[in-house]
Amino acid sequence: MTCLPEIRPGQKKLGLVIDLDTCVGCHACATNCKEWNASGHSGPLPDFKPFSAGAEGVWFNRVHSYEAGEGGEGRTVHFPRSCLHCETPDCVTVCPTGASYKRAEDGIVLVNHDTCIGCGLCAWACPYGAREMDEDEGVMKKCTLCVDRIYNETIPEAQRQPACVLTCPTRARHFGDLGDPDSAVSRLVAERGGTGLMPELGYGPVNRYLPPRRTTSVDPGPQEDAPTPLDVKNPLLRWMDKVLSR
Amino acid sequence: MNPAPSIVLFTTASGAGYGMLFWLGLLRPLGLVPQGVAFGLIALGLAVFLITIGLLSSMAHLGHPERAWRALSQWRSSWLSREGVAAVATFLPILLLGLGLILGWGALTHLFGLLAAAGAVATVYCTGMIYASLKPIRQWRHPLVVPGYLMLSSFSGATILAMTAAYWGQAWAPALLAALGAAGAFWVKQSYWRDIDGPAPADAPTIESATGLGAIGRTRPLEPPHTETNYLLREMGFRIARKHAQRLRRVALLGGFAVPLALAVLALLAGGTLWPVLLLSLATSCALLGLLAERWLMFAEATHTVTLYYTGR
Repeated sequence: MTCLPEIRPGQKKLGLVIDLDTCVGCHACATNCKEWNASGHSGPLPDFKPFSAGAEGVWFNRVHSYEAGEGGEGRTVHFPRSCLHCETPDCVTVCPTGASYKRAEDGIVLVNHDTCIGCGLCAWACPYGAREMDEDEGVMKKCTLCVDRIYNETIPEAQRQPACVLTCPTRARHFGDLGDPDSAVSRLVAERGGTGLMPELGYGPVNRYLPPRRTTSVDPGPQEDAPTPLDVKNPLLRWMDKVLSR
Repeated sequence: MNPAPSIVLFTTASGAGYGMLFWLGLLRPLGLVPQGVAFGLIALGLAVFLITIGLLSSMAHLGHPERAWRALSQWRSSWLSREGVAAVATFLPILLLGLGLILGWGALTHLFGLLAAAGAVATVYCTGMIYASLKPIRQWRHPLVVPGYLMLSSFSGATILAMTAAYWGQAWAPALLAALGAAGAFWVKQSYWRDIDGPAPADAPTIESATGLGAIGRTRPLEPPHTETNYLLREMGFRIARKHAQRLRRVALLGGFAVPLALAVLALLAGGTLWPVLLLSLATSCALLGLLAERWLMFAEATHTVTLYYTGR
């Protein structure tokens, strides 16, 4: 059903918190996402011409890099982009078949690949580019927040997290319930001033991005060593300095 | 946005078919088109042919055309589903109108004609709303998009109906509507283009709001996430060179609207049957070619917010 579930206070809102301060842009999250999702709920994920020029395929996570700010304040920021599991996602409501849906119990936005007709309207309706068409299978695919991992009782409890979160070597990605103000991810967002993307469009994205930490003042950089005569302790060198300075 | 040929053909052909159905259903009870059974059936047949060609073409755009029936289920939230429901529902009065014409139901056919006309308006309105409801695409979420779809559909439909009626020597009413429609279409598209050429509204998303990096300062892309293209860039990143857009706009405005307007006026002034038939056939060809150019531009000139992530614009 493509009507959205009613929003109740205190509702579970599973999502990701991505720390743009510590992300090093290594693409491990994107790679592990592809690895996990090539099988399971969304599998197979197609790759066209994988071993020649023009290689492309469906990925749920894309890591961009940006320059932000000017001069000493300027930063290079690596920016992983994936589904934000919005509270009011138009990608769900525009779906004519009911294949796109938002789960009432945890807020995850999913596609039923057995009823999707592959019209592509949901990809047009997503401002974030989170949905990519599987042109092999003729259906739309997207991030599932690893719904086949996080509730999977056949794997150790510590690993019941999205593949992108588990693999991040700098722990820049965090997973949790953003609907609970006392959860670890919510506290992290509050502490670091996490933001949502394109809030002006009103989709209510759940995922949060932690901004890069600001340097307190502009670092003057390394200084040249310029000793004064008083700094020279060796009497012979002091005498030479005196003679040569004459 | 990528102008998929299947959708360009769909909205042009179905739009013309629904416009023709609308004017046929409205003008027949008023006695402004030929009243005979032959004209009614031929005009209705032509409209249904255009509508069906368009709908079949739209199915070619689907990854799973055999599941298309599922698209009728979500009319509570989806304009695409509503369009499907309206299109299917309109076939019922069309069928009854055709039967009524063959079996001679008299005034009852007028009722079915009016119902079919209402269905045609509803369907084209839903088509327009599919585009006008998409927030990430500024050029589509514009107050002139729905009036544009309705106006172009009514214009092209009136032109084809006038061409058909001309064979019976009674084309003045639809030809007059075609001329008025051409003028209206010219005005709507010109206002629309003038508007989208202006600067983006102040609250439009930017790369700074798309990344949340605006607090640091001006943001620009440094490294792309992938070296080759992908679905997003092919589908949403399609952009036409400005020079070509200007040329196509002229083709649509002059060839698609101004020339048919002049031809329809000439057909009104010319007497007899031969000249109106020739002039209105030419007007129909020009209108349909101009509309294909216009509909192609409707996609090619539209920009999606996902391109902010890739190009910063």
